[in-house]
Amino acid sequence: MSSLPDFFRKYLRADHYDHQLLLLFGGVTVLLIVASVIGVILAGRAKSDSARAVIANLNARTKAWWKMSAIFGFTLLAGRNGTLIFFMLLSFLALREYVTLVPTRRGDHRTLFWTFFIITPLQYYLIAIDWYGLFAVLIPAFAFVFIPARIALAGDTEHFLERAAKIQFGLMICAYCLSHAPALLILKIPNYEGRDATLLLYFVLVDQMSDVLQYVWGKLLGRRKIAPEVSPNKTWEGFIGGVLTATLLGALLSWATPFTRLQGAGMSLSITLMGFLGGLVMSAIKRDAGVKDFGAMIEGHGGILDRIDSLCFAAPVFFHLTRYCFVR
Amino acid sequence: MKTKIHPLARILAPAVRLLTGVQVRWLGCAPENRQRIYFANHSSHLDFVVLWSALPANVRANTRPVAARDYWQSGFRSFLAQRVFRAVLVDRGIGSQGANAEHARKKRFEVIEQLALSLGESESLIFFPEGTRGSGEAVAEFKSGLYHLAKRRPDVELVPAYLENLNRILPKGEVLVVPLLSMLTFGAPLRVEEGESKVQFLHRSREALCSLRRKASTA
Repeated sequence: MSSLPDFFRKYLRADHYDHQLLLLFGGVTVLLIVASVIGVILAGRAKSDSARAVIANLNARTKAWWKMSAIFGFTLLAGRNGTLIFFMLLSFLALREYVTLVPTRRGDHRTLFWTFFIITPLQYYLIAIDWYGLFAVLIPAFAFVFIPARIALAGDTEHFLERAAKIQFGLMICAYCLSHAPALLILKIPNYEGRDATLLLYFVLVDQMSDVLQYVWGKLLGRRKIAPEVSPNKTWEGFIGGVLTATLLGALLSWATPFTRLQGAGMSLSITLMGFLGGLVMSAIKRDAGVKDFGAMIEGHGGILDRIDSLCFAAPVFFHLTRYCFVR
Repeated sequence: MKTKIHPLARILAPAVRLLTGVQVRWLGCAPENRQRIYFANHSSHLDFVVLWSALPANVRANTRPVAARDYWQSGFRSFLAQRVFRAVLVDRGIGSQGANAEHARKKRFEVIEQLALSLGESESLIFFPEGTRGSGEAVAEFKSGLYHLAKRRPDVELVPAYLENLNRILPKGEVLVVPLLSMLTFGAPLRVEEGESKVQFLHRSREALCSLRRKASTA
């Protein structure tokens, strides 16, 4: 019988992680401990009902962050296939929340079945077999012509263009864009071999920290709203504070990446700006549909799509910037 | 009876909740273990399974769906209906026109009697007063069964339960499931009022059900 450390050594495959990855996770753990302690202190101090509600939501979010970080950590350590399956499930759950909110008709049923059970898994399978060429065009080219064709075959022409466009949009955001995050694992960056999981963690960390920091700065200093009709919680103070601090964080963590400190700052700036735009676009969709959140799966945060909207927008840009500038 | 929960039922209930992502809202009453007739809108084969799986386990153990005998009669379906869901199977499609009008009235009376007896002293029922599955866009007029059953068992509460989006997950005439998120809303219990006519009651109970609808779910 193998001992417990043996099990972990086997499970945590050495070719998929390095010391930088573990250090980043150590940092996340410290951060979560600090956030939890602050949450307890604030909960003791809150006087008014509205303050108590904000603190309760903050603590629910921190608790959910513990769980999400733990799940993501084990996923990364489980290797490439584990990571791909994890992101495929995220795509699946996000698509589910999106399609639930978007009006479709009886005639779309089979098309939706294809998008959920064939196109989305195929997109991730293409990463697994390293077929970059087809990965890059499967959804924007092939699914793009397949979806309207399948709806036309079903025979219902009412709101035809809207239905085809809405399904394609969901597939682009939830499957295509998001799949560019784990696709970092197939980039062959010179002098960075075998460490691609660290780059993926760096990307997710900067992106999510940008969300958190925008939230924190917004709560501390937020006055002037950026787009009150779209998202009442987004303020200039939160945006600028979040973008600057997340970019600084990305620059300071550049030792984990193939980037220099300045390059890391530039990459992080693109992640935070794209993330902000992602949140804004998805808020506009929610506002149009008359809901506050896409779902209720993550306590304090809303649905899966509410949590990963920034990731979906930042992933393709980060992937291609990295590929264009660092892969020769 | 202690051993009436089939082992498969224990697996099936969480599986169905996961598949349909059902969000349950108890607006008009609490999930108590008392005798009730849950009446719901009907657009999918998944309807009663979802309602059944959304009840707390101890309530579920005492709740039986009412299902059509002609569909659930044979093979595996029969096993599911009788052993797993403990469904009350009833005859449907009893015509009321022509020479057999008298016979049909008698048959209908028998079905109500069967349902009233199946309630016994501790059981609850899941009932679809539209009689058949619709497209999911609108709730059809209720058949008179709910009224007659309520008159026959005035001691049992009638609880409206509105199922949303199941027509998009598994619509009528479809075999493939698209696992979107669904919602189930329980409303306030109602009973037949003193001096209320059949038409009035069926109208009122249908309104109570429709008022639980959260939003338009189709284009």
